[in-house]
Amino acid sequence: MSEYALEITGLKKVYDNDVEALKGIDLKITKGDFFALLGPNGAGKSSTIGIISSITNKTDGNIKIFGVDIDQNFPKAKSFLGVVAQEINFSQFEKVEDIVITQAGFYGIPKDIAKARCKNLLKKLSLWDKRQDQARNLSGGQKRRLMIAKALVHEPKLLILDEPTAGVDIELRREMWDFLSDINNKGTTIILTTHYLEEAEQHCNNIAIIDEGSIVEDTSMKELLSRLSIQSFVLDLEDEIQDLPDLPIFDLKSQDPKTLIATLTKDDDLNTLFDKLSEHGIKVKSMRNEQNRLEELFIRLVKEKDGN
Amino acid sequence: METKELIWAIITLSEKELRRFLRIWVQTLVPPAVTTSLYFVIFGSLIGPRIGAMDGFDYIQFMIPGLIMLAVITAAYSNVVSSFYGVKFQRAIEELLISPMPNWAILFGYVVGGVARGVMIGVIVFLVSLIFYPNFEIANYGLTILVLFLTSIMFSLMGFINAVYADSFDDIAVIPTFVLTPLIYLGGVFYSINILPDIWRNISLANPMLYVVNTFREGMLGSSDVSIPLALGMMSGFIILFTAICLYLLNKGIGIRQ
Repeated sequence: MSEYALEITGLKKVYDNDVEALKGIDLKITKGDFFALLGPNGAGKSSTIGIISSITNKTDGNIKIFGVDIDQNFPKAKSFLGVVAQEINFSQFEKVEDIVITQAGFYGIPKDIAKARCKNLLKKLSLWDKRQDQARNLSGGQKRRLMIAKALVHEPKLLILDEPTAGVDIELRREMWDFLSDINNKGTTIILTTHYLEEAEQHCNNIAIIDEGSIVEDTSMKELLSRLSIQSFVLDLEDEIQDLPDLPIFDLKSQDPKTLIATLTKDDDLNTLFDKLSEHGIKVKSMRNEQNRLEELFIRLVKEKDGN
Repeated sequence: METKELIWAIITLSEKELRRFLRIWVQTLVPPAVTTSLYFVIFGSLIGPRIGAMDGFDYIQFMIPGLIMLAVITAAYSNVVSSFYGVKFQRAIEELLISPMPNWAILFGYVVGGVARGVMIGVIVFLVSLIFYPNFEIANYGLTILVLFLTSIMFSLMGFINAVYADSFDDIAVIPTFVLTPLIYLGGVFYSINILPDIWRNISLANPMLYVVNTFREGMLGSSDVSIPLALGMMSGFIILFTAICLYLLNKGIGIRQ
């Protein structure tokens, strides 16, 4: 059995309108990984996911899911896979419970087992009270969670999450991530695409960035973040200040009388900054990153690729 | 998929299809009963006695097999075309494409739905006809049931092909409205082609619906304008041809995969 959950080799996709969405990408994702596949809109993420999940036909290349080539035994390869698509893809007129149980049935899972799994998933995803409701009556966030329940009911070894938290409120989003982290800890490989980059930074071990149909970065999250040469911090001050303190080695800007923006290079020491501010009688009440670190890198990588 | 899993997957899809049209029974099961009742009242009870006998049968009695076929064809076709286009439109087709179900099993599930609705409608319309003509006796049960199923299968497959190519709700209405309905009405539902002038009689023989309606009439009344072995052969041939087309479309992903 392969050590990889997913192996993509030379994957190409040219649509009927001659748009080349994928220009021969290679990607390997190890078993048990929590992997982020990021990229701007139209970069090729959805085409890649579409081909893996057989919604889109590939033009060329190979895909193996847990060592099974999709060209040789697609049904077997698909049995390993669960997909939470970006768009709602269930019948809006069916009951929540029926949608999940029916999906299990498509994988050959008998109804009694499907019912038990459905109950477990709907409870974990806070949808049990809605099980008899028609899907069209659910809120946006509830529909997203139903998509997750549907994708997990056959207990896939590889779960693809395409924008899973879009439209989900903060509290439920946190619950969802706890749930998904738990699944990952129990051995399910997860591939995530998201526009909430702080979520990718928080949960994913490895990352690939795709742009204009090519992989521009494929590394560990740790390694990627270590390349960040400058970081900006927002400092909330205890008291108002009239003028900026004169600290030559630090780049400081005033956002308002009680807030400073400090931009530090890799070599700068935060303790030195605080000491210097104290010397000027400035006390910092709290501090946060101005921008998500991964977001900064992401924008930079995509801009570099565009030659900007 | 193992055989057991495959059987369960087919049962699941078939159940889903049955659940769909039974959930909206007011739209799917009641209208044919109402429409047929009106046909029986107007053409059977009011105008029928003035027309007199047709091929040796009371006019209302002659109409019954044709009206059942009219309802069965429409039901089987529209069930599959609307259901499959519906899942395409709502992207619920992805549920099936992502699953390990083979394409033939997907087609089978949809055809089961179409056949179930077609047969159910056939029985409902027959029961309605008994209200207006209680002494109706079926001449050949075996042939009647065989034609009922063959017709439902054939038009379910046609509905599937239409749905695969459909890009809008207009596309699923064009064939039933402009092709199927005229061919059925001109296919001997209300008259025997023996009453037509030779030229129109010969033109009518080129209408495939004529063979479907008349084979069913042979089963129910023991009277037909066409050769039964030829008609059964044609229906079987069309079923094989349409099945091959459906599987080709599914395997190529035409209309369902990008």
